[in-house]
Amino acid sequence: MTVHDSGLSRRTLLKAGAAFAIGVYIAPNNGPARAQAAPDPKAVNIAPNTFLVIGADDTVTVLSKHIEMGQGPFTGMATLVAEELDADWAQMRADHAPSNVVLYKNLAFGAQGTGGSTAIANSFIQMRQVGAAARQMFVAAAAAEWGVPASEITVEKGVIRHPSGKQSGFGALAAKAMAQPMPAEPKLKDPSQFKFIGKEGVVKRLDSAAKSNGAAVYTMDIHEPDMLTVLIARPPKFGATVASFDASAAKSVQGFVDAKQVPSGVAVYATGFWPARTARDLIKITWDESKAEKRGTGQLLNEFRALSRQPGRMVKQQGDVDAAIAKGGKLIEAEFVFPYLAHAPMEPINAFIHWKGDTASSHFGSQFPTPDQAIMAQILGIGVDKVALKTILAGGSFGRRAQQTSHVAAELAHVAKAFGPGRPMKLVWTREDDMRAGYYRPFGIHRMRGVVRDGRIEAWSDTIVGQSIMKGSAFEAVLMKDGLDPTAYEGSNDIPYDIANFRCDLHQVDVGVPVLWWRSVGHTHTGYAVESFIDELLAAAGKDAVEGRLEMMKDKPRHAGVLRAVAELSDWKNAKLEPGRARGVAVVESFNSFVAQVVELSMVDDGPRVHKVWCAVDCGVAVNPDIIRAQMEGGIGFGLGHILYADVPLDDGHPVPGNFDTYRSLRINEMPEVEVTVVKSSEKPTGVGEPGVPPIGPAVANAMAKLGHVRPRQLPIVGSASA
Amino acid sequence: MANFTLKLNGKPHVVDVDPNTPLLWAIRDNAGLTGTKYGCGVAQCGACTVFLDGMPVRSCTLPVSAIGSSDVTTIEGLSGKEGKAVQDAWVAHDVPQCGYCQSGQIMSAAALLQNNPTPNDRDIDLAMNGNICRCATYVRIRAAIHSAAKSLEG
Repeated sequence: MTVHDSGLSRRTLLKAGAAFAIGVYIAPNNGPARAQAAPDPKAVNIAPNTFLVIGADDTVTVLSKHIEMGQGPFTGMATLVAEELDADWAQMRADHAPSNVVLYKNLAFGAQGTGGSTAIANSFIQMRQVGAAARQMFVAAAAAEWGVPASEITVEKGVIRHPSGKQSGFGALAAKAMAQPMPAEPKLKDPSQFKFIGKEGVVKRLDSAAKSNGAAVYTMDIHEPDMLTVLIARPPKFGATVASFDASAAKSVQGFVDAKQVPSGVAVYATGFWPARTARDLIKITWDESKAEKRGTGQLLNEFRALSRQPGRMVKQQGDVDAAIAKGGKLIEAEFVFPYLAHAPMEPINAFIHWKGDTASSHFGSQFPTPDQAIMAQILGIGVDKVALKTILAGGSFGRRAQQTSHVAAELAHVAKAFGPGRPMKLVWTREDDMRAGYYRPFGIHRMRGVVRDGRIEAWSDTIVGQSIMKGSAFEAVLMKDGLDPTAYEGSNDIPYDIANFRCDLHQVDVGVPVLWWRSVGHTHTGYAVESFIDELLAAAGKDAVEGRLEMMKDKPRHAGVLRAVAELSDWKNAKLEPGRARGVAVVESFNSFVAQVVELSMVDDGPRVHKVWCAVDCGVAVNPDIIRAQMEGGIGFGLGHILYADVPLDDGHPVPGNFDTYRSLRINEMPEVEVTVVKSSEKPTGVGEPGVPPIGPAVANAMAKLGHVRPRQLPIVGSASA
Repeated sequence: MANFTLKLNGKPHVVDVDPNTPLLWAIRDNAGLTGTKYGCGVAQCGACTVFLDGMPVRSCTLPVSAIGSSDVTTIEGLSGKEGKAVQDAWVAHDVPQCGYCQSGQIMSAAALLQNNPTPNDRDIDLAMNGNICRCATYVRIRAAIHSAAKSLEG
């Protein structure tokens, strides 16, 4: 499914025959690279014929190995290709690549996938090489065709030219270009020659038009003849299972087809969403809750709090915190409590499959297509090469579609298997299903202690209690260190401030609530704890929040750079504020990008009202400045909404909120004005999907402190109640 | 089940559904127009916004049996100078991120401009605060509505 109005999908190009050439469509798991006995996992594929589809009308469709779920990789990948291909922006298109780990792996993961704000970072050189290789092949083809030296040929705005007057677009020469040998190391432009990368106003998002007229197709929009819609009746508590069920009452619902037990509950098959939902309400299920998690968040808090008084497993230590405390000075202690959070992407979780017995085709917004593909193959008992998984647009994710256990793909396969082969079906989670089915940002606490003596911060201690995201998944073996999950402490172990006596320790606890990375992962809580606590200590030391931070940043030029930039942008030193208003600042590095934010707020009846946010970001070379700004704006709004309002409390293990009436989301009247500056940098590009989120919470807390409020110790600050 | 004739974007569509079926699902699953989105099902997020006789309504909680002979307009049938101006401004500002809520946002924005050609920020807040965008594209939604209003002047 493309997002373009032109209807130039790969399928129509294929049907058109001569319309493509470089764009030989390599079917999933069926390409030449697959034929190699043992493909090198480190090999970087830059073959233009696997990434580009050239239309007879000169359109260049880039097959993005990263899912477009809002953060702009379609436009980003196309920008990188267009730059080196010397294309015209108007001819660029994008679509999702098929599932094929050899051709389309994320170079940061080794598997095909999107996450950790890696799309541009891992593709920056690779996709430019694809464009450069294609350009070189076009030039060679033109030279052969016209009988002129390649050195005399130029390419500009998608036109291949020779001084003799001969010229061609990409479409007419595509077949011959594909027959040219592929350069092993295509030469890349010097940045001084860039026409698209980092330029303002020359690149527009490729998906805006189709997302403004209803034409963009998401998984929810898939309708095929004879298709069933499947809803699952899910257990009220995590870990409960079906003891027995009775679907007889559901048979009265016209459009109801069948009900089957699957590992996650009872699957209800019907001819559409409404009959499926109506029938689901009529199914009587007895749940076995013997193994269910029955603790509420109040009980978890008591248990976590008790643990935080004991030393946890040491993550990082230098100097001697206890000795520094014993020496005297002002000891400041704070406990920060972070709630479970749902991702609640606008498009609830869903997936499509048509299992035909020997083969299956599946479409959905998969963030980890090759692991998802593998688990479907395993459950259906067919080869991985028999499962064609096509990634399509996703209506948001924020981490929700990047499942460490591929649980949605697994559920989809179970749903198909329980029914039997032959019928296309779409698995749909209702909003309530998604909000109550876990995979939350983990609940946790930070117990902080700091010592200020003689105007200096002498000691810092951070004891974290939280749940592992990776434990029990395929990620555990690869990414966990000594049994500890780094996503539980990232950002707390390596703070940018030079403090002689430092300690960070972790109690990694098991809770029967499924958790998942949530936009900016560990930094969602470590950023808040570190940046509000440093602010509190600096205030106790009598320091300015910006100057005090800068004084403590040794060998942290990029942290200091964004902090200085945001101070300048907001006129931190000299700004005259209206009465009742105050400003706060925070700076957080996440995913190798650096973001500092200043907020200006006042306090109204139900809590802080944020009027404006100034933001400085250093993400290395800025590929698409306007998309970077958009991600900062969106990250700020996403972060702000959650620190103010969002919480998934558990009542005896049952998640309380089910929809946006009880899980309050930021609305337009609560969105501050945002001003973003992108710091110039020649460092390698890094991601922007997540790093805009962490600083907003502590910046709000720090501004509240200036108005005489205690920096909020428990999030959310306002809660859902006053929605 | 019963037959209902919906006047959808000016054309009659006969749908055979339970009378309690929300208009949203008749539009999507029966008439096959998928630009109108399901986001919450309880009139909290606005992704399902359509016009009923020109007025914006949440189609996810409106039963088909209550529609009668009213004109239903979806994003696919959005026309008129306000609708066009809003869509153009959305593209010019690159408003959408994931895009899933934007059909509803655009319907609400077009309705606002039909009633108030020169909205200020407070007018925009009041007209648009029923539409949630989880990507928080609100800064650009606001800017695009102002641009669209400006483009409609004279």
